[in-house]
Amino acid sequence: MRRKVIFPGTALPYLLLAPQLAITAVFFFWPAGEAVWYSFLRQDAFGISTQFVGLENFQDLFADPLYLQVVRNTLVFSVSVTAIAMSVALLLAVLADRHIRGRETYRTLLIWPYAVAPAVAAVLYIFLFHPNIGLFGRALNGMGVAWDYRLNGDQAMLVVVLAAAWKQVSYNFLFFLAGLQSIPRSVLEAAAIDGARPVRRFWTVVFPLLSPTTFFLLVINLTYAFFDTFGIIDALTKGGPANATQTLIYRAYIDGRVNLDLGSSSAQSVVLMVAVMVLTLFQFRFIERKVHY
Amino acid sequence: MPQAVPAIAAPDPAASEARRARADWITHGILVLGVVLFALPVWLVLVGSTHDAATIGRGEVPLLPGGHAAETYAAVWTQGDTRRAQVAVSTMMFNSAVMALLITIGKIAISIVSAYAVAFFSFPGRMLCFWAIFVTLMLPVEVRIFPTFQVVSDLGLVNTYTGLIVPLIASATATLLFRQFFLTIPDELVEAAKMDGAGPMRFFKDVVLPLSATNMAALFVILFVYGWNQYLWPLLITTSADVETIVIGIVKMIGAEADTEWNRVMATTVLALLPPVAVVILMQRWFVKGLVETEK
Repeated sequence: MRRKVIFPGTALPYLLLAPQLAITAVFFFWPAGEAVWYSFLRQDAFGISTQFVGLENFQDLFADPLYLQVVRNTLVFSVSVTAIAMSVALLLAVLADRHIRGRETYRTLLIWPYAVAPAVAAVLYIFLFHPNIGLFGRALNGMGVAWDYRLNGDQAMLVVVLAAAWKQVSYNFLFFLAGLQSIPRSVLEAAAIDGARPVRRFWTVVFPLLSPTTFFLLVINLTYAFFDTFGIIDALTKGGPANATQTLIYRAYIDGRVNLDLGSSSAQSVVLMVAVMVLTLFQFRFIERKVHY
Repeated sequence: MPQAVPAIAAPDPAASEARRARADWITHGILVLGVVLFALPVWLVLVGSTHDAATIGRGEVPLLPGGHAAETYAAVWTQGDTRRAQVAVSTMMFNSAVMALLITIGKIAISIVSAYAVAFFSFPGRMLCFWAIFVTLMLPVEVRIFPTFQVVSDLGLVNTYTGLIVPLIASATATLLFRQFFLTIPDELVEAAKMDGAGPMRFFKDVVLPLSATNMAALFVILFVYGWNQYLWPLLITTSADVETIVIGIVKMIGAEADTEWNRVMATTVLALLPPVAVVILMQRWFVKGLVETEK
């Protein structure tokens, strides 16, 4: 789509685009290209000689039991975060959409966690779940549950999932609320006249009409859990204990920045690029279909 | 032809009224529970920051405010912690504010001019430029950690504001939003401006910028939060205290949890939360509108 009436000239538009394109080229395309190139190379232990090894870095990666565990961690983490953040948000949005007093106040009091940094959300969760100084952590130990997310991998996963979901609920809430408000009143009234009870009305009429929002949020939440939760994991568990909360991004960081393993880190970057491309294309394909619908 | 009257048993108005009242109570109950669950960790941190280090360290988990607020906040503001990072929170807040504001302004500025070029001109390679910007959506810094660090380090930008900020100010999202909005500006406006002899820059300044105010306000909220909350990028790029941001600083203060000054961590957390939460709440109207529109 384009405008009919435009301005003449070609020098000016190039000038206007120059800053954005320059940053894009230097800090996006160049490093992305390097990641792809490095992923086919291997350095010796001293970083002196480098040789082309084809797909070996990728073969090693997928033969590495640790990497496969990290893939599994990432899937468990992302699916759990998405499921919790979306279902809680949907419940709250449906309730906040009812004609009750104080709707605006509820909305304000539910959206602010959007502004909290992932790493700061993790710090907040330390004060909830820390075995010595956390509210719930102490209570659990007091009740005889051996609670220490710093030692128990499953408990660590649970805490990072809760912290990540807590932060994402407000985002989902806003989109579900907007989706609910765009459903025509006449449709709801027709369902009410048909005598359908509220719960049934929700699942047969409202929920199907919300499906564009739901699918959109599904992709957004998975993307968030994959890529934007580095701070949560770094602040809470540093990927531990025993790698139980290491996700793909965290692993790429450890191999690239800490272990300085050029080939493996680059191969991991390429794997992640493919993942984010699949998610983005899925999202845009879907949005295009929604336009026709 | 007479319409068939639908055979609905008229519901008993009293019973329906009672059911509605009960449903309202349940609604309020669950919403209040949600609000409390969201606020609980922040309340704990706020209350904890008003107690002394020993109280928190013993694990008393106070639920009501104590009397040490002034000294704790004064201490973190001027010296941070005494064990590890030892960077004053005022310095970290300043760094975070500079980073967040420059990222926000930079993103809005370069995106609005790019979108203007793409929407209001015709030139060879127009679609190629548009796609080049669009594709960056698929290349977040998280997936190119190591090579991007290398590029910044090759350019000698480690531990500088430039290295911290410039690589983050390309924005596909903002460009797409502005372009979409520009396509809705009526042709008559452009024709009228041309008839009056206004050139493209004049039209941009006098017509397009004022019309974009709402969009800019919405983007300001989203991008300020994005900038303030950056974690991975500053972690890669900054190793010196001069450019340390507050989100990084808190995690450093905690360290490996050996004699961490938890009350100071709590006070710093409260201070780190305030600016972005204030921006979201005070600019709520634009934020809600902008968020839902930007993403769709």
